[in-house]
Amino acid sequence: MSLLHQGIPLTWYLLLSAALFSLGVIGFLIKRNLITVFLSIELMLNAVNLSFVTFAYEWNAVKGQIFVFFVMMVAAAEAAVGLAIIIAVFRTRATLAVDRINLMKL
Amino acid sequence: MNESLQLWLVPLLPFAGFLLNGIVGSRLPRRLVTAIALLAPLGSLALVLNAAAATMISAATSCQGCGSVAAVTLPYTETWRHPWLAIGPIHAEFSIVLDQLSMVMLLVVTGVGFLIHVYSVGYMKEDKGYARYFGYLNLFLFFMTVLVLAGNVLLMFVGWEGVGLASYLLIGFWFEKKSAAEAGKKAFVVNRIGDFGFLIGIFLLLENFGTFSFYQMRVSLGMNTTWHGGVLTAICLCLLVGAAGKSAQLPLYVWLPDAMEGPTPVSALIHAATMVTAGVYMIARTHFLFDRSPFALSTVAIVGAATAFFAATMGLAQNDIKRVLAYSTISQLGYMFLACGVAAYSAAIFHLVTHAFFKALLFLAAGSVIHAMGGEQDMRKMGGLREKLPVTFWTMTAAVFAIGGFPPLAGFFSKDAILYTAFLQGTLGKVLWFVGLVTALLTALYMFRLWYMTFFGELRTQDAHPHESPWSMRGPMVILALLCICGGWIGIDRFTAYLAPPVGLHRTISSGSGGLEIGLSILAVLMALEGWLIADKYYRRKPERPAQLAAAMPGAYKLLANKYYVDEIYGALIVKPLVAISKYFLGWVVDGAIVGGTAWLLAGMANLSGMILQRWQSGNLRSYAAWLALGGAALLLFVLLFGSPHAWGITFFHEETIHTVEHITVMHFGQAGR
Repeated sequence: MSLLHQGIPLTWYLLLSAALFSLGVIGFLIKRNLITVFLSIELMLNAVNLSFVTFAYEWNAVKGQIFVFFVMMVAAAEAAVGLAIIIAVFRTRATLAVDRINLMKL
Repeated sequence: MNESLQLWLVPLLPFAGFLLNGIVGSRLPRRLVTAIALLAPLGSLALVLNAAAATMISAATSCQGCGSVAAVTLPYTETWRHPWLAIGPIHAEFSIVLDQLSMVMLLVVTGVGFLIHVYSVGYMKEDKGYARYFGYLNLFLFFMTVLVLAGNVLLMFVGWEGVGLASYLLIGFWFEKKSAAEAGKKAFVVNRIGDFGFLIGIFLLLENFGTFSFYQMRVSLGMNTTWHGGVLTAICLCLLVGAAGKSAQLPLYVWLPDAMEGPTPVSALIHAATMVTAGVYMIARTHFLFDRSPFALSTVAIVGAATAFFAATMGLAQNDIKRVLAYSTISQLGYMFLACGVAAYSAAIFHLVTHAFFKALLFLAAGSVIHAMGGEQDMRKMGGLREKLPVTFWTMTAAVFAIGGFPPLAGFFSKDAILYTAFLQGTLGKVLWFVGLVTALLTALYMFRLWYMTFFGELRTQDAHPHESPWSMRGPMVILALLCICGGWIGIDRFTAYLAPPVGLHRTISSGSGGLEIGLSILAVLMALEGWLIADKYYRRKPERPAQLAAAMPGAYKLLANKYYVDEIYGALIVKPLVAISKYFLGWVVDGAIVGGTAWLLAGMANLSGMILQRWQSGNLRSYAAWLALGGAALLLFVLLFGSPHAWGITFFHEETIHTVEHITVMHFGQAGR
């Protein structure tokens, strides 16, 4: 029934996606450098993208493929804005350590 | 046949005057303010006189084709096309009804009203609130004419409340003076008590008659001849409470003496001649209800007689010239209630008219005296003003003899009619007659006391330089004096015959005899003469005697001088407990503990939860991310353990997607947790 079953099983793709996502989460949580944290976010987004295309391929549905483009677009915009913020933060605070940037509170 | 009399303009002209003088009056030149203030009531008076002439013609010449003269038959009605209130089958309209009763009342209100407006021009000349004063005075005339002309009880209530408002505004006219502001407040609050009774009466009327219209009530009562007492008594007693509040009867009279804080012409117009008689007018207007309830009628009579007597005794020991007149007004209103209570409504209205003349004149003369004395109101500092103020003296004399009940002045005829009718009403009537007779003596006593203390002897102060008042003040006084002298000559019989259509004939007018009436009249005049002689002895020939008498009977004197301590008793029994309840129960318990407590509790809860929840808001990016990850993990775990959100009736995924997720879950993780 599924095309994937004739080659690499679906599970593998999903496991790879989950592993990438977990790596992204862990990196986001433990890394201090803001740029690394940012890269971790990209990693999570792409892990999700991988599962999207996997399912799209599995079910032969084009929606998942289209959604990946949306995610990529958002990721690109986010990269632009996020890097700009990082530069601005570095200019004012002279540091990129995440735990030093704790102004997001009352 | 009925040509329009344009009676709706009678209230509206003064209202226009009120709007003009009230809004822009302070910026207009004084002459223009005066012109507006005088033309408005003059226009009303002209319309009323025109209406009177039209109705008189039709009454006198009941022939066909009497030429081109416009003839109008009473009752005459003007109704505004659009209904005012339409609640289901109940309609209240802006309808004004002119019958003999409202005609008499209108003539008094606009006639005396106009005279007092003229007087006020002289009296208030120096006042900085000149325009405001005339604005209020016109407003009063507006509401009073609405009250008088109202064809239904609801519209009457509008006028009723309105005159209360005008009264409040004018009592507190000099609001910088604390006592004046307090007096206005007192009048308003006491009147609210009465109005509460009136309102309940109106609701009961609506409940039982299904209409507000006086005419329809009268018709439906006329068709139901067996309906007596019961709810009618309740209605009448409620109306009596309202009337007692407005007309200053026991036990609600306490506001009227304090109302003397207002300018004197106001006391003359509102608190003597017109507004305070509204209660009498209301009872006469609803007399068909009272006629069916003997109990309510007796209550009215007893309240009236008691008020007449007690107020007269209180008037004996007052030294403020206006307060003497205030108690005299209460006492005379008591006479009118007594007349209503013995179903002699035309006698009550007759006394209302003559009282309007002589009491308005007494107040105007008192105002002239106060004006001459430079604002002094204490009679103990007056005296010997006879030569200095001749016009005031002679007009006042006419009024004093009129109120004293000396023939042939106005007061004699009306008071005599009341006492005579009371005498014919069985045992209770005889008791009330006797009270009225004693009151007649007291009336003469306190009036001649005022007369002697003011105009005779020597001036007892050096501060004042008395001078006669200007013509704008003397003119109205002279006209009123003529009315005092001639007003009663119309005679009670002719008056009763005129008023018969709206209020009916006296129930027992024919059961007396001419000899009895003359005998009672002579007795009443003798009593008045006795009062005069006592006053003459005590206040002219032996002016040191009253003080000796007061010293001999300190208890009785103090009781009278302090007005039976009624204000103090009300203060202790009603005001203080009310204030205490308001302050401690309502203020502390209800407002402080319950309302305030709830508010504080809510605020405290919000504060506490904020204090707890703000710990999540650490500002640390990593902790946010950790909570986010934990939350996502928890949600995922929840779905895996307890099934899909779909099974819980929650659909935030697309149907297809959920099937997909379920499928995958089942396929790859088995049935675990299901």
